[in-house]
Amino acid sequence: MSQKLLEVEGLTTGFRTQAGQVLQVLRNVSLEMQRGETLGLVGESGCGKTTFGMTLLGHLRPGGQVMAGSVRFEGVDLFGLGPDELAKIRGQRVAVIPQSASSALTPTMRVGEQIAEVLTLHLGLAGAELQERVLELLTRVHLPQVVELVRRFPHELSGGQLQRVAIAMGLAGKPELLVLDEPTTGLDVTTQAHILDLLREIQESTGTAMLYISHDMGAIARVCDRLAVMYAGEIVEDGAIDDVFADPVHPYTRGLLGSVPRLSYAGLPQAMAGRPPAPGEDAVGCAFVPRCAFADETCKTIDPALEATSRAGAIPHLVQCHHWQRVLASGASGQMRDLKARMEQDAEAEPLLELTEVDITYAKRGLAALVARWRNEPEPPTTVSGFTITIHRGETLALVGESGSGKSTIARTIAGLLPPRAGQIDFGGQDLASAVEGRPAEMHRKIQIIFQNPDASLNPRHTVKQILDAPLRLYFEMDGKGRLDRSGALLEEVRLTPRYLERHPGQMSGGEKQRVAVARAFAAEPDLVLCDEVTSALDVSVQAAVLELLAGLQANRGAAYLFISHDLAVVRAIADRVAVLYQGRICEVGPVAEIYAPPYHPYTETLLAAVPEPAPGARAQLLAKDVPEAEPPTRGCCFQRRCPRRIGSICDDEAPPSQFVAEGHIIRCHIPLADLGESQVDLISPAEIATQGAVVDGK
Amino acid sequence: MRSLSAVPMRVAQSLRWFAHIWRSLRRSRQGTIGLMIVIVHMFIAVASPYIVPYAHHDIDGKNRLAAPSAEHPFGTDSFGRDLFTRVLLGGRAAIGVALLAAAIAVLWGGLLGILLAFIGGRVDEVLMRLVDALLAIPGLLVVLLIVVALGTGFSVLILTLGYAYGVTTVRVARGAALGYVASDFITAARARGERKTNIVLRELIPNLLDVLLVEYVMRASWALTAISSLSYLGFGIAPPTPDWGRMVFENQVMLAISPWGTLFPVFALASLIIGINLAGDALSKAIGLDRSQEAPT
Ligand SMILES: Nc1ncnc2c1ncn2[C@@H]1O[C@H](COP(=O)(O)OP(=O)(O)OP(=O)(O)O)[C@@H](O)[C@H]1O
Ligand code: SF4
Ligand code: SF4
Ligand SMILES: [Mg+2]
Repeated sequence: MSQKLLEVEGLTTGFRTQAGQVLQVLRNVSLEMQRGETLGLVGESGCGKTTFGMTLLGHLRPGGQVMAGSVRFEGVDLFGLGPDELAKIRGQRVAVIPQSASSALTPTMRVGEQIAEVLTLHLGLAGAELQERVLELLTRVHLPQVVELVRRFPHELSGGQLQRVAIAMGLAGKPELLVLDEPTTGLDVTTQAHILDLLREIQESTGTAMLYISHDMGAIARVCDRLAVMYAGEIVEDGAIDDVFADPVHPYTRGLLGSVPRLSYAGLPQAMAGRPPAPGEDAVGCAFVPRCAFADETCKTIDPALEATSRAGAIPHLVQCHHWQRVLASGASGQMRDLKARMEQDAEAEPLLELTEVDITYAKRGLAALVARWRNEPEPPTTVSGFTITIHRGETLALVGESGSGKSTIARTIAGLLPPRAGQIDFGGQDLASAVEGRPAEMHRKIQIIFQNPDASLNPRHTVKQILDAPLRLYFEMDGKGRLDRSGALLEEVRLTPRYLERHPGQMSGGEKQRVAVARAFAAEPDLVLCDEVTSALDVSVQAAVLELLAGLQANRGAAYLFISHDLAVVRAIADRVAVLYQGRICEVGPVAEIYAPPYHPYTETLLAAVPEPAPGARAQLLAKDVPEAEPPTRGCCFQRRCPRRIGSICDDEAPPSQFVAEGHIIRCHIPLADLGESQVDLISPAEIATQGAVVDGK
Repeated sequence: MRSLSAVPMRVAQSLRWFAHIWRSLRRSRQGTIGLMIVIVHMFIAVASPYIVPYAHHDIDGKNRLAAPSAEHPFGTDSFGRDLFTRVLLGGRAAIGVALLAAAIAVLWGGLLGILLAFIGGRVDEVLMRLVDALLAIPGLLVVLLIVVALGTGFSVLILTLGYAYGVTTVRVARGAALGYVASDFITAARARGERKTNIVLRELIPNLLDVLLVEYVMRASWALTAISSLSYLGFGIAPPTPDWGRMVFENQVMLAISPWGTLFPVFALASLIIGINLAGDALSKAIGLDRSQEAPT
């Protein structure tokens, strides 16, 4: 049997527009995969990653067509097959695991039945054998209590568990190739780390080849041996993952890697200018010319071809660039700059927002609460409890924690959208009314929110002009001309042009939309901006640009940020102070430099250890189980059930004391500080890893 | 104060919106056919008084129950009245009533539905129970009862139908609005301190125009059916105004001798209702396709 599992040759695909034009998506893609190989595919949004992944299943989107080339799976051309033959290969020999597990599962069908269905379809199993195999698969993906789990419905599982079920379904037909399209995007760091670990383990034990599509370089570093970089539908670099990460030779790969914030480095990543071309914006020569610092006349006229670099190794290193030698000679890549003007730790800094002992609950109120009590419904637990924090003028306070830890709840309460059950909120030394309706207009202006997903936070029916008009109209007395000028100026400030004023959100890219949302917040000239996961829906390259924008605006305007994020590397790049939240309780709070160095709170340590760094050899560690907790414990430490360093019954019974580590740095834990200082987690810079070949491995 | 420059912007926007609706209708074959049928009917409704060869009450004593001829293209009825004239004129009253009734239905039903979705809570709960109870009674029955009690007449018909179909619209509009009230852009508007009326008018309603338009078309088609049925039963448009429903009733006894007096009005009514429904279906399908997916202009 040949070693080659998959051969893609000169594959060019396109789709027909309404005007009847055919626009190219993939261009002349050639790539081979060996049996058992794990290949990562990275590239910005819209570069054609998903399109490519789907062609490996012989699938095209509606309107799509193969214009040239072939995809051969074990020598058989997939696009030459009839629907019946294709169906035999799909799901069984090549399986796909989509980004959102919930979309792959039928909500009204029990988890066990869904897996059984796949098994019956592909392997023709039935009866006891079928049941046995279902349980085996679920155990295989390390799901707990499988016998009971098969009877549950998808909505009764957590995000991480759902993704495990989706993986189990993908594995059901014992595929030789697994296509994973962003399988961990949207999951918590800890959950993601467990899924990545599982994938690696499956690969090692079953020898399944994997194509792992992601824009998360860290995740790819964790799972893959080889990396391919896609730009504008072309493979521009392809090689062993260590080679590519250590010293990428294509300018685009360098730009991408440079956009990734590093846990080990406290600086803003370098944003890449421009955006990838959309299908149809073809140009002669190299597609990267407008964004490339190395471009010259040759690049503009001659299409570079994929060629082998001089680097020797088991996996050939290929690059598609005329000047890769020059790029390589130009020195180290992935420069980080500390663009952010960091706040001096200044005891004198004026407090802007003070929350004292705030409790928040989603419990029913008024009549509904009476009804609930009458019906003897249990009272829902407090989502956030005893939350005390101060945000100073002009500083960035980051709030980190897993999903469900109450980060957004706190932002909603500060914005006046969800009144707290107890506690005090002061803004600028004055008591802040709990409901937004009860606050003076001046207060509305001073506190602004930016949401995670600009698709949802911008009204699809409004033009950018109307979107920016809203705050200007509300807070400032300006005539139409004044507002128009101001909107234009705001767009310039977020590095868009006034030409965008007439556009609708649907006519902009994700990054552009998020910039409009930023511009809307800054139109109010706020004192405090609540940023709720503002970069998590964005590409790394766009994320870098938005982070840079936020840092720049803060330097110019002096606004304070409450920066909510689950991405610890991003937080390190942008925050002055960090509060770590578990189940609505603060575990640790302190200046950013202190948080990212021992002594760590056990939960902070768990989070930090789980972050996959995009560096060769860097391995995440799994310190705690990824079981989600529905309710916080009633007594003792909130982290007691998952804590890897639990010291005994004292953790269950007594609330942990606040230990003062340094000025403004508090850890709430029973373990003495001296012991907390001895951490297994070491944040080393990628450069160090590369040179010393150090490996941080939990196993 | 609203600045002057806002007005042309609004106009340009609504023009763009209509152009968008037009494009999406034209995209489907059925939509195009439906639209053409509706346009022909509307043209006839408006222009018929100027193009009909006779007055609707003119009697040709020599030609009763005549078959189509050059003189009477659709034949004549039992009084010797020209059927061509009566069919062309026979839609005017019904179409007028249907359009106005549907407008009233969508106006109050749409607004109430949107408001209920926005306000939520107990008001919403109680009123929706009421709406459900009202919906349990067949609309035509309600209309029939009211018309019998209050007597026929254009204003009674329009208001009654407008009320009856508005109840359905409350439900539809509320459902559509619910999809938006929890979205981040509404939350953003609330957090910004925007007044409630502004949130409904500026943020919510522009997103629901498509749904309301489809709703209007569908209600107009229902109302047309309802009026024709009422007229047939003798409770709708009263003679001497010519009306399709009434014509069918008057001429059906002669069906065996001369089918023309029944066939032509039935064909006219059926074609209009089919046309409206074709266009309406294409519209609602087009709405699933969001405007944001169109290429930048
Ligand atoms: N059938 C089609 N009709 C219209 N556009 C298409 C079609 N197929 C692909 N495209 C376009 O081709 C480009 C590549 O799409 P693809 O989904 O492969 O990107 P991607 O790299 O997976 O992006 P992301 O990271 O956002 O998932 C996009 O601009 C997409 O809109
Ligand atoms: S070919 Fe030229 S433009 Fe393209 S990446 Fe290389 S140097 Fe840049
Ligand atoms: S108090 Fe106990 S359970 Fe809580 S974090 Fe410290 S060691 Fe872990
Ligand atoms: Mg994709």
